[in-house]
Amino acid sequence: MEVDDEGFLTDPNTWNKDIALAIAAEENIQMSDRHWVVVDFMRADFTEKGQAPTIRRITKAGGVPTKELYALYPGGPAKKAARIAGLGKPTGCL
Amino acid sequence: MTDEPVKEEPIRKLSIICSKGTLDMAYPGLVLANAARMVGIEVNLFFTFWGLEMIHKEHQHKIKVASVGNPVPYMPIPSIMGILPGMSAMATKMMKKEIERIDAPPIPEFVEMVADSGAHLYACKMSMDMMKFTQDDLVEHVEEVLGAIEFYDKSAGAQIIFI
Repeated sequence: MEVDDEGFLTDPNTWNKDIALAIAAEENIQMSDRHWVVVDFMRADFTEKGQAPTIRRITKAGGVPTKELYALYPGGPAKKAARIAGLGKPTGCL
Repeated sequence: MTDEPVKEEPIRKLSIICSKGTLDMAYPGLVLANAARMVGIEVNLFFTFWGLEMIHKEHQHKIKVASVGNPVPYMPIPSIMGILPGMSAMATKMMKKEIERIDAPPIPEFVEMVADSGAHLYACKMSMDMMKFTQDDLVEHVEEVLGAIEFYDKSAGAQIIFI
Protein backbone atom coordinates (compact mmCIF):
# COMPACT_ATOMS: atom_id res chain seq x y z
CA MET A 1 0.00 0.00 0.00
CA GLU A 2 1.11 3.53 -0.71
CA VAL A 3 1.45 6.17 1.97
CA ASP A 4 2.52 9.82 1.89
CA ASP A 5 5.46 11.36 3.77
CA GLU A 6 3.49 11.41 7.01
CA GLY A 7 2.19 7.86 6.71
CA PHE A 8 -1.35 8.63 5.52
CA LEU A 9 -2.76 6.24 2.91
CA THR A 10 -2.71 7.93 -0.49
CA ASP A 11 -5.73 5.93 -1.69
CA PRO A 12 -8.56 5.46 0.87
CA ASN A 13 -9.84 2.54 -1.24
CA THR A 14 -6.84 0.41 -0.35
CA TRP A 15 -7.92 0.52 3.32
CA ASN A 16 -9.14 -2.49 5.28
CA LYS A 17 -9.47 -3.31 8.97
CA ASP A 18 -6.13 -5.12 9.12
CA ILE A 19 -4.37 -2.06 7.75
CA ALA A 20 -6.23 0.06 10.34
CA LEU A 21 -5.02 -2.24 13.12
CA ALA A 22 -1.45 -2.07 11.83
CA ILE A 23 -1.50 1.75 11.70
CA ALA A 24 -3.12 1.89 15.16
CA ALA A 25 -0.34 -0.34 16.53
CA GLU A 26 2.21 2.05 15.03
CA GLU A 27 0.44 4.91 16.82
CA ASN A 28 0.36 2.90 20.08
CA ILE A 29 -3.41 2.85 20.04
CA GLN A 30 -5.27 -0.25 21.18
CA MET A 31 -8.48 -0.25 19.15
CA SER A 32 -11.58 -0.59 21.37
CA ASP A 33 -15.22 -0.58 20.25
CA ARG A 34 -15.30 3.19 20.81
CA HIS A 35 -12.21 3.68 18.66
CA TRP A 36 -13.99 1.79 15.90
CA VAL A 37 -17.12 3.94 16.26
CA VAL A 38 -14.97 6.94 15.31
CA VAL A 39 -13.15 5.23 12.46
CA ASP A 40 -16.31 3.63 11.04
CA PHE A 41 -18.16 6.93 11.18
CA MET A 42 -15.28 8.77 9.48
CA ARG A 43 -15.15 6.16 6.69
CA ALA A 44 -18.93 6.17 6.19
CA ASP A 45 -19.09 9.96 6.16
CA PHE A 46 -16.17 10.16 3.76
CA THR A 47 -17.85 7.69 1.40
CA GLU A 48 -21.08 9.66 1.54
CA LYS A 49 -19.72 13.21 1.33
CA GLY A 50 -16.37 12.81 -0.37
CA GLN A 51 -14.44 14.49 2.43
CA ALA A 52 -13.31 13.59 5.92
CA PRO A 53 -15.75 14.81 8.60
CA THR A 54 -14.87 17.73 10.86
CA ILE A 55 -14.29 17.13 14.57
CA ARG A 56 -17.62 18.78 15.25
CA ARG A 57 -19.34 16.40 12.86
CA ILE A 58 -17.72 13.39 14.49
CA THR A 59 -19.00 14.60 17.86
CA LYS A 60 -22.49 15.66 16.72
CA ALA A 61 -23.39 13.14 14.02
CA GLY A 62 -20.95 10.41 15.06
CA GLY A 63 -22.01 10.54 18.70
CA VAL A 64 -18.56 10.66 20.29
CA PRO A 65 -18.20 13.67 22.64
CA THR A 66 -15.18 15.94 22.16
CA LYS A 67 -13.54 14.96 25.45
CA GLU A 68 -13.88 11.26 24.70
CA LEU A 69 -12.61 11.73 21.14
CA TYR A 70 -9.42 13.36 22.42
CA ALA A 71 -9.05 10.71 25.12
CA LEU A 72 -9.38 7.94 22.53
CA TYR A 73 -6.88 9.55 20.20
CA PRO A 74 -4.34 11.44 22.29
CA GLY A 75 -1.99 13.40 20.13
CA GLY A 76 -4.81 14.73 17.99
CA PRO A 77 -7.85 13.00 16.50
CA ALA A 78 -7.34 14.70 13.13
CA LYS A 79 -3.97 13.10 12.75
CA LYS A 80 -4.44 9.76 14.47
CA ALA A 81 -8.05 8.84 13.72
CA ALA A 82 -7.88 10.05 10.13
CA ARG A 83 -4.70 8.08 9.56
CA ILE A 84 -6.16 4.89 11.05
CA ALA A 85 -9.33 5.43 8.99
CA GLY A 86 -7.16 5.48 5.87
CA LEU A 87 -8.14 9.03 4.97
CA GLY A 88 -5.74 11.82 4.05
CA LYS A 89 -4.46 14.30 6.58
CA PRO A 90 -7.34 16.70 7.23
CA THR A 91 -7.02 20.11 5.62
CA GLY A 92 -10.02 21.75 7.33
CA CYS A 93 -9.66 23.83 10.50
CA LEU A 94 -12.76 22.50 12.24
CA MET B 1 27.69 27.80 6.01
CA THR B 2 26.18 24.91 4.14
CA ASP B 3 23.48 24.99 1.52
CA GLU B 4 21.50 22.30 3.26
CA PRO B 5 18.04 23.46 4.26
CA VAL B 6 17.52 23.70 8.00
CA LYS B 7 14.74 21.35 9.01
CA GLU B 8 12.67 23.20 11.57
CA GLU B 9 11.05 21.36 14.44
CA PRO B 10 7.26 21.42 14.20
CA ILE B 11 5.48 23.73 16.67
CA ARG B 12 4.23 21.71 19.61
CA LYS B 13 2.99 24.49 21.88
CA LEU B 14 0.95 27.57 21.16
CA SER B 15 -0.24 30.52 23.23
CA ILE B 16 -3.10 32.55 21.83
CA ILE B 17 -4.01 35.92 23.33
CA CYS B 18 -7.60 36.93 22.57
CA SER B 19 -8.12 40.65 23.14
CA LYS B 20 -11.18 41.48 21.03
CA GLY B 21 -14.88 41.09 21.69
CA THR B 22 -16.36 41.24 18.20
CA LEU B 23 -17.57 38.28 16.21
CA ASP B 24 -14.97 38.59 13.46
CA MET B 25 -12.14 38.79 16.00
CA ALA B 26 -13.47 36.08 18.31
CA TYR B 27 -13.42 33.32 15.73
CA PRO B 28 -9.76 33.39 14.61
CA GLY B 29 -8.43 32.55 18.08
CA LEU B 30 -10.88 29.69 18.50
CA VAL B 31 -10.25 28.30 15.01
CA LEU B 32 -6.48 28.40 15.53
CA ALA B 33 -6.80 26.78 18.96
CA ASN B 34 -9.08 24.07 17.63
CA ALA B 35 -6.89 23.28 14.63
CA ALA B 36 -3.84 23.06 16.88
CA ARG B 37 -5.54 20.63 19.25
CA MET B 38 -6.70 18.53 16.29
CA VAL B 39 -3.09 17.73 15.52
CA GLY B 40 -1.96 17.40 19.10
CA ILE B 41 -0.37 20.80 19.69
CA GLU B 42 -0.59 22.05 23.29
CA VAL B 43 -2.68 25.23 23.51
CA ASN B 44 -3.01 27.98 26.15
CA LEU B 45 -5.56 30.71 25.58
CA PHE B 46 -5.37 34.04 27.43
CA PHE B 47 -8.46 36.24 27.33
CA THR B 48 -7.75 39.89 27.97
CA PHE B 49 -9.64 43.19 27.62
CA TRP B 50 -12.63 42.73 25.28
CA GLY B 51 -11.56 39.15 24.68
CA LEU B 52 -13.15 38.41 28.08
CA GLU B 53 -16.51 38.74 26.33
CA MET B 54 -15.82 35.39 24.67
CA ILE B 55 -15.74 33.59 28.02
CA HIS B 56 -18.32 35.67 29.91
CA LYS B 57 -21.31 33.42 30.65
CA GLU B 58 -23.89 35.92 29.43
CA HIS B 59 -21.98 38.19 27.08
CA GLN B 60 -20.58 35.34 24.96
CA HIS B 61 -24.09 34.80 23.58
CA LYS B 62 -24.35 38.41 22.45
CA ILE B 63 -21.12 38.94 20.54
CA LYS B 64 -21.68 41.05 17.44
CA VAL B 65 -19.94 42.31 14.34
CA ALA B 66 -18.77 45.90 14.76
CA SER B 67 -20.20 47.85 11.86
CA VAL B 68 -18.17 50.96 12.60
CA GLY B 69 -14.42 51.03 12.06
CA ASN B 70 -14.51 47.59 10.50
CA PRO B 71 -14.59 48.21 6.77
CA VAL B 72 -14.94 45.34 4.33
CA PRO B 73 -14.10 46.62 0.86
CA TYR B 74 -16.33 44.22 -1.08
CA MET B 75 -19.47 44.74 1.03
CA PRO B 76 -22.25 46.33 -1.01
CA ILE B 77 -22.74 48.95 1.71
CA PRO B 78 -20.55 52.07 2.13
CA SER B 79 -18.73 51.91 5.46
CA ILE B 80 -20.18 55.28 6.54
CA MET B 81 -23.58 53.50 6.72
CA GLY B 82 -22.17 51.50 9.64
CA ILE B 83 -23.23 54.26 12.00
CA LEU B 84 -26.92 53.69 11.24
CA PRO B 85 -29.05 51.84 13.80
CA GLY B 86 -29.46 48.17 13.00
CA MET B 87 -26.37 47.88 10.82
CA SER B 88 -24.40 45.91 13.41
CA ALA B 89 -27.36 43.55 13.95
CA MET B 90 -27.68 43.03 10.21
CA ALA B 91 -23.98 42.37 9.71
CA THR B 92 -24.03 40.00 12.69
CA LYS B 93 -26.98 38.06 11.25
CA MET B 94 -25.26 37.77 7.88
CA MET B 95 -22.01 36.57 9.38
CA LYS B 96 -23.70 34.07 11.70
CA LYS B 97 -25.48 32.58 8.71
CA GLU B 98 -22.20 32.12 6.86
CA ILE B 99 -20.53 30.70 9.97
CA GLU B 100 -23.30 28.12 10.26
CA ARG B 101 -23.01 27.26 6.57
CA ILE B 102 -19.36 26.25 6.99
CA ASP B 103 -20.27 24.15 10.05
CA ALA B 104 -18.45 26.34 12.57
CA PRO B 105 -20.11 26.38 16.00
CA PRO B 106 -21.53 29.50 17.66
CA ILE B 107 -19.07 31.16 20.10
CA PRO B 108 -20.35 29.53 23.35
CA GLU B 109 -20.25 26.05 21.81
CA PHE B 110 -16.86 26.74 20.21
CA VAL B 111 -15.35 27.82 23.56
CA GLU B 112 -16.65 24.62 25.14
CA MET B 113 -15.36 22.51 22.25
CA VAL B 114 -11.89 24.03 22.47
CA ALA B 115 -11.81 23.50 26.25
CA ASP B 116 -13.01 19.90 25.87
CA SER B 117 -10.26 19.32 23.32
CA GLY B 118 -7.77 19.98 26.10
CA ALA B 119 -6.83 23.62 25.45
CA HIS B 120 -6.27 25.59 28.67
CA LEU B 121 -8.30 28.76 29.18
CA TYR B 122 -7.08 31.65 31.32
CA ALA B 123 -8.56 35.07 32.06
CA CYS B 124 -6.51 38.25 32.50
CA LYS B 125 -6.64 39.49 36.08
CA MET B 126 -6.12 43.15 35.27
CA SER B 127 -8.94 43.16 32.71
CA MET B 128 -11.21 41.30 35.12
CA ASP B 129 -10.58 43.97 37.77
CA MET B 130 -11.13 46.72 35.25
CA MET B 131 -14.47 45.31 34.11
CA LYS B 132 -15.46 44.27 37.63
CA PHE B 133 -15.90 40.65 36.60
CA THR B 134 -15.41 37.77 39.02
CA GLN B 135 -14.58 34.22 38.05
CA ASP B 136 -18.25 33.35 38.66
CA ASP B 137 -19.11 35.56 35.68
CA LEU B 138 -17.00 33.35 33.43
CA VAL B 139 -17.73 29.97 31.89
CA GLU B 140 -16.66 26.99 33.97
CA HIS B 141 -13.95 26.04 31.47
CA VAL B 142 -11.72 28.93 32.57
CA GLU B 143 -9.05 27.31 34.70
CA GLU B 144 -7.54 30.36 36.34
CA VAL B 145 -7.43 34.14 36.48
CA LEU B 146 -3.83 35.15 35.84
CA GLY B 147 -1.48 38.07 35.41
CA ALA B 148 0.63 38.42 32.27
CA ILE B 149 3.77 37.20 34.02
CA GLU B 150 2.11 33.97 35.09
CA PHE B 151 0.86 33.52 31.55
CA TYR B 152 4.41 33.92 30.24
CA ASP B 153 5.45 31.12 32.58
CA LYS B 154 2.77 28.90 31.07
CA SER B 155 3.88 29.98 27.61
CA ALA B 156 7.51 28.95 28.03
CA GLY B 157 8.68 27.42 24.77
CA ALA B 158 5.45 28.30 22.96
CA GLN B 159 4.78 30.44 19.95
CA ILE B 160 2.55 33.37 20.89
CA ILE B 161 -0.23 34.68 18.69
CA PHE B 162 -1.93 37.98 19.55
CA ILE B 163 -5.42 38.63 18.26
